[in-house]
Order: sequence, then C-alpha cells, then structure tokens
Amino acid sequence: MDSGAPAILVRDLHKSYGGVQAVRGIDFEVARGEVFGLLGPNGAGKTTTVEILEGYRERTSGIASVLGHDPGSRPRALRERVGIVLQESGTYRHATVRELVTHWAGFYPASRDVDEVIELAGLRGSEDVLTRRLSGGQARRLDFALALVGDPELVFLDEPTTGFDPAARRAAWETIRALAELGKTILLTTHYLDEAQALCDRVAIVKDGRILAVGAPAELGVGAVSRYRVSWRDEDGVLVTRETDDPTALLHQLTSAALARGTGLTDLSVTRPSLEDVYLELTAEAPVTTVEGGSAA
Amino acid sequence: MTATLALTWRQYRLERRMFWRNPSAAFFNFVLPLLFLALFGTIFAGSQDDLDVIVPGIAGMSIMTTTFVALAMNMVFLREQGVLKRLRGTPLPTGAYLGGLAAHAVTNTAIQLAIVIAAGAGLLNVGLPESWVALGVFVVAGVACFAALGVALSHAIPNFDSAPAYVNAIFLPVIVISGVFYDADNAPAFLRDIGEVLPLTHLIDGLSAAMVTGAPFSDNLSDLAVVLVWGAIGAVLAVRGFSWEARRG
Repeated sequence: MDSGAPAILVRDLHKSYGGVQAVRGIDFEVARGEVFGLLGPNGAGKTTTVEILEGYRERTSGIASVLGHDPGSRPRALRERVGIVLQESGTYRHATVRELVTHWAGFYPASRDVDEVIELAGLRGSEDVLTRRLSGGQARRLDFALALVGDPELVFLDEPTTGFDPAARRAAWETIRALAELGKTILLTTHYLDEAQALCDRVAIVKDGRILAVGAPAELGVGAVSRYRVSWRDEDGVLVTRETDDPTALLHQLTSAALARGTGLTDLSVTRPSLEDVYLELTAEAPVTTVEGGSAA
Repeated sequence: MTATLALTWRQYRLERRMFWRNPSAAFFNFVLPLLFLALFGTIFAGSQDDLDVIVPGIAGMSIMTTTFVALAMNMVFLREQGVLKRLRGTPLPTGAYLGGLAAHAVTNTAIQLAIVIAAGAGLLNVGLPESWVALGVFVVAGVACFAALGVALSHAIPNFDSAPAYVNAIFLPVIVISGVFYDADNAPAFLRDIGEVLPLTHLIDGLSAAMVTGAPFSDNLSDLAVVLVWGAIGAVLAVRGFSWEARRG
C-alpha cells in the first residue's frame, strides 16, 4: 500500500441532528488504493459518515480529511478527484445513457473516454436508451458510470448493491473489483456481510454511530470480541466446544491429556470466528455495553 | 470564468434538449397562452378595449408560467429525484448550474412573449409594442421577480405529488385577481386592493404601458418598484431556504 498520506482520515467525528446523535466519535483512515468498507445495520451512521466525507453534510465536531482537503468546504479541486455513487439519486429522465455520461464528462478536467466508462460500468448495448427506461440494475450501472467518468482517485459507494438480484450484485462486484485493480481508493457502505468480505481490504463495523471493530475481513474480531472456538469429542463421545483467547495453551492441555490417556482426540477443530460471528456478536450487543464512549459524545 | 461560462452554456443546452423531449412541458409552455389568446380573442372580438387589456395580461401570465410555475415545479422535482444532490457532488459550479436553468426559463419566456406579441399584433389588432425598451425593462424585472418567487415557493412544497396543488393554488387566483383577463380597475374594491399588493398586477400595468398605451416610462416607476421589491423578497427566501436534497421522513 502507498506509504503516502491516507486518502481519508477521520478523527473523533461527531454529527448530531437536533437532539439525535447520528455519529458519536468515529476514527478511521483509508490508505490510497485501499477498498474500505463501513459495515453495519441500517441507521448505524454509515451514510451520515460518508455524506460528511462527500461534502453533503457539515460535521458537528472532529477532523475529516479527504485527499488532503477538508470536505466541509467542498473545494472544487476535491470534487474533481472524487466520484460519488449515492444511495439513491435521479438523473435527467429524457436523456440517453450516452448523452448523460458525455455531459458529465464535461464537468471534469481530465475525464475518461465515454465509451470506456460505459463498457466498465456494464452499459454496453444500452447507450442509446433513455434513462427513464432503464431497469433498476441498469440505473445503478449508470450511477457508476457518472461517478467514474471524471476518472476519480477516490470513489464513494453508498450501499452500491442494495435491492439487487444476485446476478446484478455479482456484476456490480466485478465493476468494483475492476476499479480497485485500477488503483482507485474505494470507501463503500453496506449492510451485507458477504459484500464486505468479498470486496473490502478492511472493514469497520459500525453501530449506533460508533466503530465497534476495524480490520481485514479475515482477521477481524480475533483478539477483539470473539474468540477462537476449539471443539473435540471427549471420552464419552460428546462433542465439547470451548471458546478461548489462547488456543495454544488449550490445545496443549488437550493433546497432553489425550497422549497421557493414550487416546486420540476425535473431531478436533480450531475455528477462528467468521466475520459473520463478529458482526452478529458486536451488533447484537445492547447499546448499554458501549456506553463508555458516551461521555465523549 | 470562461470555463464557468462554457459550463453554463453546456448546462443550458442540455436543459433545452431535455425540454423539447418532454412534450407535455412544451405544450403547457407554448400552447396555453395561445389558447387563452384565441379564446379571449373570440370572446372579446370587436371590443378593442378588452383586447388591449388581454394581450399584456397574457404576456404577464406567460412570464409567470415560464418562470414562477416552471421553476417551482422543476425545483421540487429535481430535488425529490435527487438530481440536485447528484450534481452537487460533481465539480459543476453552482452558478453554472443555476445559470443554465435560469437561462433555459428565460428562453421560454422570450419565445412565449414573441408568440403573444405576434398574435396580438397579427390577429388581435393590438399593434407592436410602443416601447421596446420599457418592455425589456419590465420583462427583465418580471422574470427576475417570478423566478426568485418560484424557487422560494419550491422550498415550501413538501413533495412533487403536491406541487401542482401548491402552484395552482397561487397561480390561478393571482392571474384572476391581477387582471390578466380583464381590466383590474373594474374589479370589486377588495379584490382590487389585494391585486394592488401583488407583483403581477404591476407587471401587467408596466407591460400594458410598454405594449399598448405608450404611456411614458416615468408613469410606471412605482409598478417597477413593486415588482422589484417582490423580487428581492423572493431572492432572499430562495437563497435562505435552498436545499439540495429532499427533506427526509
């Protein structure tokens, strides 16, 4: 990963609307070229966080830096380098796909070739279709095309595949992977675990306006909340499962005892918690248990 | 600056192209005033005094439909559809976008006025405007005033489904009270008093002087002032309440 300054830096970010605290002290950073996911249930504060970084909302307090700019002041130099796919947004209904992509290309100083972007977004063959005649999946592809035509360094994807059928999701994932291969930095929000797992280099699990855990999907949770799960059959053939922070010691005990008895350990397995386990465990927690951050909010 | 102007021009061209692809919008913009002119021309046939009232009246109404009505509906739609929000995330300067939209509305105003003036001169024997300069001044003031008021009204409209109700609830009474179809001086006193407060009455007075009576411009300065005051109020409300996205929930 690039050793330079991070593409996104967020420190102690807070946002309240009236009396409601949507974001209560979030910290994370996204390296250049990284695919970073904000994963969490609806209403967790993901969209609020992303919209602060996109320049749509003013933060209440904290630091936010996007490609070295303060997103709150919406500098044009920043908007030229960022592509945004909103959760939902309309377009000119009477324009064709090609007309719109071409028009959008004109907003940017160094736009990409229109045909190339149409191809990348998976809209080949629909260039001359009026946008109001596009299916839901195609309209989402158009969102991608409009966000990408400016050849952004950083792409925000707010729930890019919500409501998609499985085939459309796979296609969207391919587009996102292609972007990552082009070296783009991507910040996406999702409430789908498999999406986070399939796409993200690192994931932050967000709930009630806070980040509960951050890490690579495969490593997330180890040493945090969930523990290793060791299971085996005891002398009576009953399957025993125990959770531990230190599987080495437990395995040593188990294997020593088995060797001493002169028996084997049938069905011995050590599993790391899956992202799903971590996610369910973290997000199922009653908000009361995370109250220690409340004083900062 | 030239880049912003170029983007304004591009935006304007896109708005024009989209407009012509939406036949119902084109219909209301250009056929409605013609329809009114034809109807009232028939009703008032032979009464030149009435025709002299109706032509500047319809001209005033045209200014209001192409700016106030069109922009109020348009802004609510664009906001609700998320088009404004999407554009806000691009490098397109706000001025270029709103400038393109405004220029688009003004083009419609100009086309409508040309139709009304041509029909008035050609069919209703009203003659060509007495003073093009005075006409220009009032048209510019009227466009600015009603464009600002239309954008301001859009902030008060909760969603697109209710937009026609809100817009018509204002537009229809205003065109009647302001004397689009008759000489406002003949209305009952209380209606006349209400009309005296409204900008359209004064815009029509100014247009009438410029198009028909040829009264000196100095006679209509108070009319111009009323239109500009409404425009200023509209501008403040339009800017203050401006939102790039629909209110949620």
